[in-house]
Amino acid sequence: MSVQTHDAALPASLNPQDVLRRQVRWRVLEIIFWLATLLPFVLTPDYLVLCSQVAIAALFALSLDLLVGYSGLISLGHAVFFGFGAYTAGLIAKHGWGEPITGLAAAAFAAAVLGYLTSFIMVRISHFALIMVTLGLCLLVFELANQLHDITGGDDGLQGVRMWPIFGQYKFDLYGRVAYIYTLVVLFLAFLAVRRIVNSPFGLSLRGMRENQRRMPAIGVPMRSRLQVIYVISATFAGLAGGLLAQTTQFVALDALSFQRSAEVLVMLVLGGAGRLYGGLIGAIIFIVARDQLADMNPQYWYFWLGLLLVIVIIFLPNGILGGLAHLLSRLRSRRA
Amino acid sequence: MIPRIVSLLFDGFAYGMLLFVLSVGLSVTLGMMNFVNLAHGAFAMVGGYVAITLMNKAGWPFFATLPIAFLAAAAFSVVLERLLYRRLYRATDLDQSLLTIGIVFMSIAVAAYVFGTNQQPVQLPEYLRGRIVLGDFNFGVYRLFLIAAALVITVLMVIGLDYTRFGAQVRACVDNQRMARGLGLNVDNVFMLTFALGSGLAGLGGALAIEPMGLDPNFAFKYLVYMLIVVAVGGLASIRGAFLTAGLLGVIDIFSKYYVPEVGSFILYLVMVGLLIWRPAGLFARR
Repeated sequence: MSVQTHDAALPASLNPQDVLRRQVRWRVLEIIFWLATLLPFVLTPDYLVLCSQVAIAALFALSLDLLVGYSGLISLGHAVFFGFGAYTAGLIAKHGWGEPITGLAAAAFAAAVLGYLTSFIMVRISHFALIMVTLGLCLLVFELANQLHDITGGDDGLQGVRMWPIFGQYKFDLYGRVAYIYTLVVLFLAFLAVRRIVNSPFGLSLRGMRENQRRMPAIGVPMRSRLQVIYVISATFAGLAGGLLAQTTQFVALDALSFQRSAEVLVMLVLGGAGRLYGGLIGAIIFIVARDQLADMNPQYWYFWLGLLLVIVIIFLPNGILGGLAHLLSRLRSRRA
Repeated sequence: MIPRIVSLLFDGFAYGMLLFVLSVGLSVTLGMMNFVNLAHGAFAMVGGYVAITLMNKAGWPFFATLPIAFLAAAAFSVVLERLLYRRLYRATDLDQSLLTIGIVFMSIAVAAYVFGTNQQPVQLPEYLRGRIVLGDFNFGVYRLFLIAAALVITVLMVIGLDYTRFGAQVRACVDNQRMARGLGLNVDNVFMLTFALGSGLAGLGGALAIEPMGLDPNFAFKYLVYMLIVVAVGGLASIRGAFLTAGLLGVIDIFSKYYVPEVGSFILYLVMVGLLIWRPAGLFARR
């Protein structure tokens, strides 16, 4: 009885269930965004291969957002899980089982196992040591894959990946139509899952840990085990993205494990805005399209523009493009009021 | 057998000493100023390119280029510090790493644009080439020079930090910024000078590294990992730690490349990750 009166006394905006419920509700802009992902079929049918690259990068950035944006963990080596998933999916297909969906599940599972094993280390260290250990693991696995030439193909990449049609019906075609639908569906399902996770009480506790690493344990949140859980989830989605890349391109380059890839996905996330779900997606679109355009002009100097972009975003848009837009909107609104 | 081991030890130690010169500045910026400066390798590259240009285009002698390399890298770093770094002193590790990664990417592209992607040819003066033979053992003169230079720098730095007024100011600013400020020290200036010194040493290291390591636009990245290992394992802000770690790292790297070349850098990364898991603050951390 007293609980009820207490609840009634609270303004609706402070009621925790209400807060979560409001975040879960779909906004019009979100629906427009997801409908717009179908536009390439009509507007740019020649660029569908590029579009699936964008979708894969977006999924990868989304997985990193769970760590960097929502939990306040840093990783300079997230490509480990991406590459591990890619090699798993590629190897399974190469050795006679080309069924895409089970292959993808295996890639995600393998990355999850690797994530679980490494998570014990990651939640025990922080700051600079964490940066160095994630970087070190990335370099370590890269070297390992490079040396295991017989299994991974080393520098030449993993060749001879043959995929069967999806559901035994839809063959991966040259124009990338099936590949784009496939990656888009996986991305959307993963996005739904991530959206659910970050707006759950569990996701709220992650944000709490990001904001204050001392208070959360003090109010009884088992910090390490929560971080381990999100670490494994993030690794799973990264492995999923890697598996998609291996299946749609029917090839795995050593580059999938490289530090450059880890850095690039961070750039996408920061460019779009970390901790905002759509940040990684927007960042991936801008990044991949810009790379496609600029690298066409002069591949050697692409890194210059990438570096400049990074510096500008960090200095002028600390919360990424979406953060900047949100700031602008709230200023406009307050002026009107 | 023994002569080979001795000469490998010697080469490894000399290589380690070069790594020490390259990374001791990073230990200063990272450890003392708490700034994750991944562009340290880019400062070293600036020193290297300045030295090689003076030597090959202007015909300067090798030794005359070293102080210029130091000054050029220091000046470059001060410009960046004023323009970019100081805005991020209070930012997160992630923002700092990303900003400096951006600087590294840009510097690689600029170096490729100006100097091309090939390794720079270098001609050391006559008296630094050749080897000294002592019975069964022989030592490269340049390697000996590297070791001597690193020892001089270490002694100078220890004296500078422990026994001079400026050193006392640096230590005061590091230990307790607010207190130092309260006592009237200009903390910003002290940090800027320290930063310039550290980056200058990187520039000097870059000039010294042209011959043994080779100089191409990827230098900023390739050796960054080594520098980070020295600092991370040695413990932040510890000159002694950086010295010992660099020596050890050089020896491990040369030995593993000689005896198990197929494993590549694998052992190195494994040792680093293992050490960091065991002691996240570094082997010789002060705290």
